[in-house]
Amino acid sequence: MDAALQLTVENLIARYVHAIDDDRLEDWPGFFVEKGRYRITTAENFERGLPLSIIYADSRAMLADRVSALRHANIYEAQRYRHTVSSTLVERIDEHTASATSNFQVVRIMHTGESMLFASGRYLDRIFMSGDGDEPQFQERVVVIDSRSVDTLLAIPL
Amino acid sequence: MSAVPASRAWPPEGLARVPYWIYQDEDIYAREQERIYRGDAWNFLGLEAELPEKGDFKTTFAGEMPVVATRDETGTIRCFENRCAHRGALLCLADRGNAKEIACVYHNWTYDLQGNLTSVAFRRGIQGQGGMARDVDPESQAPRKFRVEIFCGLMFATLSDETPPLERYIGPEVAARIRRVMKEPVKILGGYTQVLQSNWKLYFENVKDTYHASLLHLFFSTFRLNRLEQKGGVVVGGEGGSHVSYTMMRSNQAGDEYERAGMRSASGGYALEAPQMLESVDEIGDGVTLQILTVFPGFVLQQIMNSLAVRQVLPKGVGRTELVWTCFGYASDDAKMTELRMRQSNLVGPAGYISLEDGAATGFVQRGVQGAAVRASVVEMGGRGVESSESRVTETSVRGLWQQYRRHMGL
Repeated sequence: MDAALQLTVENLIARYVHAIDDDRLEDWPGFFVEKGRYRITTAENFERGLPLSIIYADSRAMLADRVSALRHANIYEAQRYRHTVSSTLVERIDEHTASATSNFQVVRIMHTGESMLFASGRYLDRIFMSGDGDEPQFQERVVVIDSRSVDTLLAIPL
Repeated sequence: MSAVPASRAWPPEGLARVPYWIYQDEDIYAREQERIYRGDAWNFLGLEAELPEKGDFKTTFAGEMPVVATRDETGTIRCFENRCAHRGALLCLADRGNAKEIACVYHNWTYDLQGNLTSVAFRRGIQGQGGMARDVDPESQAPRKFRVEIFCGLMFATLSDETPPLERYIGPEVAARIRRVMKEPVKILGGYTQVLQSNWKLYFENVKDTYHASLLHLFFSTFRLNRLEQKGGVVVGGEGGSHVSYTMMRSNQAGDEYERAGMRSASGGYALEAPQMLESVDEIGDGVTLQILTVFPGFVLQQIMNSLAVRQVLPKGVGRTELVWTCFGYASDDAKMTELRMRQSNLVGPAGYISLEDGAATGFVQRGVQGAAVRASVVEMGGRGVESSESRVTETSVRGLWQQYRRHMGL
């Protein structure tokens, strides 16, 4: 195992989930390369080879649009997430790229105090190890949620 | 038949008022199951394209009643209750699959793809011992079979012989608008379910409510995808429970009524960094960029630019509804067209720039009326009647829903 690679990737994933849980959504697009792809899909669509996503972005600009829509356009009740991410399986693809697979659970906490297990699933990542500022960035993050059902709405990204 | 208490009388204003107990009452909910979903209404089951091969099946619901839809060995679509004649267990546990026959896991009673009971395990016992007497008639408790009609690749089912033929039930103008979208073979792109914490009728009203679309959904008005001053209209069909609303392509000379009226949805200063999400193709060729269509009690067909979907509205208790989305393109789509549909899929579903707000709004009503069972909502935009309208500043199609609903329910 490449311990340095493992730590670097786990640190990227940790910084990502803390940015979301701490409501620093403006930092979220910066975890991706400029042409980075991000999508959320269900295990059912994923396993059947169906392309539909719940969220689909193929650039950092599309991620930035998500954030500005959440801040300025869309109506939804105040809510936060708390991510828990499993230890990560990391594999080097080539000199500059690694793949990573992690499990996650997200608890959603509504302003009313109601907490629920909102989503569980897998992160399937392809990571460019020397992105902006020589930091690793996601080339692709596919979020595969285990259930086909989403309660009420999915506003904040997973 | 379940009784409705005398206190549950419809307000004297008729369709212009909707009493809030209608979203809350357990007796009403039970009566809906009996008189609508198991009565003389057409239940939407899904797209025929979900069952392309002989032997394909899916499990779904008619209201709360579990059903199996199959394509039998002759290629005909069938629908029957997902309940064994013996002890009532679910026959089909899988969401979908392909089978030659269906066997109940509990005691291995088997059925053909039309829902006929074909064998009872050890019916005559073993070596002359046990088994069932010759005069027992387990077929008398067989799963109920539905009348099925396919229209433009959409599967509908009803238990009642009284339900009018599907196209007449939908109405000719609304049916024509289904043909407009379902114009050629479709390709399924995927699906998901949005769980709504509200009564099913609040969602069905929301889809029919042309008045809210550009006021709640800032995305529609900001990008002039749907403003009430844009050309369009709403058509009410059938007994009132079918509708279609549509909006014509945005134009540059569109007015500034929203800005002058200080609408939240026109609050400026919002622009996309990746506007290619909103680039669309006029693939039907009539300039209609947005069409929302419903058929009572649970079918929605959506064309939002090039994002096409059917939605099945399933009641899951008085205060809970599942919205089952299936997004599709055409079988003739190339990779570029599929990519365009994928970009626009950001508009719909539980995370859709537009649809996520509907998920929340129906819940706001369900919670808002908790202490107001005997009060009523005011549904008087565009008058008190049920008629088609060129203006979408109207609630005519919401009143149409209640017209058909009250007839079914005897309210």
